[in-house]
Amino acid sequence: MALSSKHLLGLYGVPKEDIQLILDTARTFREVLERPIKKVPTLQGKTIVNLFYENSTRTRISFELAQKRLSADTINFSTSTSSTKKGETFKDTVRNIEAMKVDMIVVRHQSAGVPQYLTKISNANIINAGDGLHEHPTQGLLDMYSINEKLGKLEGLNVCIVGDVAHSRVALSNIFGLKTMGANVSVCGPATMIPIGIEKLGVKVYNKIEDAIKYNNVLNVLRIQLERDAGRRIPSLREYHNYFGITTERIKNLNPEILILHPGPINRGVEISSEVADGEFQIILDQVTNGVAVRMAVLYLLGTMH
Amino acid sequence: MKIILKEIRIIDPSILLNEINDILIVDGVINKIGNISEEEYKESKIFEMKGKIVSPGFFDMHVHLREPGREDEETIETGSNAAAAGGFTGIACMPNTNPAIDSAEVVRFIKEKSLNHLVDVYPIGAATLNRKGESISPILELYEAGAVGFSDDGNVIKSVGILRNVLEYCKITNAPVIEHCEDESLSDGAMNESFTSTLLGLPGIPTVAEDLIVARDIMMAEYVDGKVHIAHISSKKSVELVRQAKKKGIKVTAEVTPHHFTLTDESLKTFDTNFKMNPPLRSKEDVEAIIEGLKDGTIDCIASDHAPHSIEEKEMEFIYAPNGIIGLETQIGLAVSELVKKKHLTIEQLIEKFAINPRRILNLEIPSIKTGEKANLTILDSELIWTVEVGKFKSKSKNSPFDKKLLTGKSIAVINNSKMFFENKFFNI
Repeated sequence: MALSSKHLLGLYGVPKEDIQLILDTARTFREVLERPIKKVPTLQGKTIVNLFYENSTRTRISFELAQKRLSADTINFSTSTSSTKKGETFKDTVRNIEAMKVDMIVVRHQSAGVPQYLTKISNANIINAGDGLHEHPTQGLLDMYSINEKLGKLEGLNVCIVGDVAHSRVALSNIFGLKTMGANVSVCGPATMIPIGIEKLGVKVYNKIEDAIKYNNVLNVLRIQLERDAGRRIPSLREYHNYFGITTERIKNLNPEILILHPGPINRGVEISSEVADGEFQIILDQVTNGVAVRMAVLYLLGTMH
Repeated sequence: MKIILKEIRIIDPSILLNEINDILIVDGVINKIGNISEEEYKESKIFEMKGKIVSPGFFDMHVHLREPGREDEETIETGSNAAAAGGFTGIACMPNTNPAIDSAEVVRFIKEKSLNHLVDVYPIGAATLNRKGESISPILELYEAGAVGFSDDGNVIKSVGILRNVLEYCKITNAPVIEHCEDESLSDGAMNESFTSTLLGLPGIPTVAEDLIVARDIMMAEYVDGKVHIAHISSKKSVELVRQAKKKGIKVTAEVTPHHFTLTDESLKTFDTNFKMNPPLRSKEDVEAIIEGLKDGTIDCIASDHAPHSIEEKEMEFIYAPNGIIGLETQIGLAVSELVKKKHLTIEQLIEKFAINPRRILNLEIPSIKTGEKANLTILDSELIWTVEVGKFKSKSKNSPFDKKLLTGKSIAVINNSKMFFENKFFNI
């Protein structure tokens, strides 16, 4: 079995078989992570560059760890200054890195479309680790893996993505992936945070958090990203918490069966109360562990393609 | 020198002329139309023009020449060469140069640099000093030096108070205020706000950002009885606003670029920065409304918004890439392919939109094909099927989304100022 593409640019248009293959492969690697020696020689001799143009802790560490577990050689290139300010163009940076003979590039960038652009200027396998407000496919995959691990299926589940959907790359990857796998996907948030035309994707829109909690099996709670100017779209974090925050009280009153996911990092007391973040309904840290396994699966499947 | 354009279809809508005839041009002046003697045929250089069309020279009222300031991207000379190659005998150049065209010196610099070229270059003066929107530029001085319109193009005139003053002040000159209509508090995006922008995760610029300013400008033009010209109109609602304003007799005119009647925001799916422009490519609905606007005369003219950018600037991560594409050398092909061949406009209407209306808006003399007139002509082959090859363009920049595209219709020659451009060469006639 092999994937149908040599890159993972997003989950838009990725066939069900590919997603299933990644999730199945991730399960194997998840077991590896439970062993005393958590390393396999699968990608020995492969060189992978983590090209991060935007600050990231968790995703970068998760990728790096996945690469090390697979015995690949890893190089990190991190900068928060854009190429425009740095003087060297993005293309030149990539060409220089490629000249060092790398096999795969994991890229995160402020601009949507950069992974697509990379496929045109590089021969390496490209993995999107988040591009602008566009996609973050490995996050979507690890969310699906985690839901499936906990609930035993994806098909037919009602999953709601809560928060600043319009400014989230996690939301789109979740929507594309979950829809492909047969889940019913909805979004919930203030209208200023719901992207235009989202219903055309077959996504239901909830205006009230109470309804979202009541009618769904899973809530994927997005971080309110103050660094992405969320302050212009909501009056205050307090108001957001009061009207859209996930609290124990709301869950207990409305749907105690619900499963809470969060891609992190958490703003405690904003989109999610501390009590929920640490409580019985959530699988936030499982998501982090699963993230390593899912990224190992993606790297392995792309890195061993012929 | 004597030249004859033989068996050419002459179309001059302003004098209702549409006939096949021979034209004798002597030292750059139309000497005879028909009734040419045997002797004159012998003395003249003959251009066989069967099946070709000659019209008054085409005029592009929205061109960015980049000189002074960014001569690496375009100069007055290379931009004029591109205009001639694209079929234009006159262009108006926008003031977002460095320094901006906000002093008589810069106007004169451009006029002097463009002297002796086939293509006439008319500067558009900045509406406000350095296009900052704070205080009005020396409009009368600019006008006297040769500016034919006033604009902060690239920017909207920021405050309504300043807009009012510019519109009122410009009345002395009768020159139009050319507006780049965009509410800046809504336009912090990289493409049209739509389902496609949601899919691509690109920040959007909604059509209402344009509509609001079009409405504002129309109201102010009405209030002070000023003249406003809407540059690169792109939205359905804006077209409707202009249509209604014209019905009320408000002095408003509008132009559209070929890309806004040819492409939609679906093109952005490739993340190719050559599809990034401002106003952004809009929806199919907007394109259809624009074509309707062209048909019923709501949109007066077609202009390229020729915006040269260097490769290193344009070949950039999408959100950082600059807006704009070059258009001088593709616009006739696009207009004939999309408008004439698809039967939205007749060739006469197309000629009005390219040759007559832009000059009328800018109060320039409209060339006509009559004995005794200076020969200011565009010669078209409306049936020629050709492939766009950006690498062969005269423009110094190559940022076009139409490379390798097959088009129908092309200018094969232009004549103006006793010069001719034909078969890729300039020569005196």
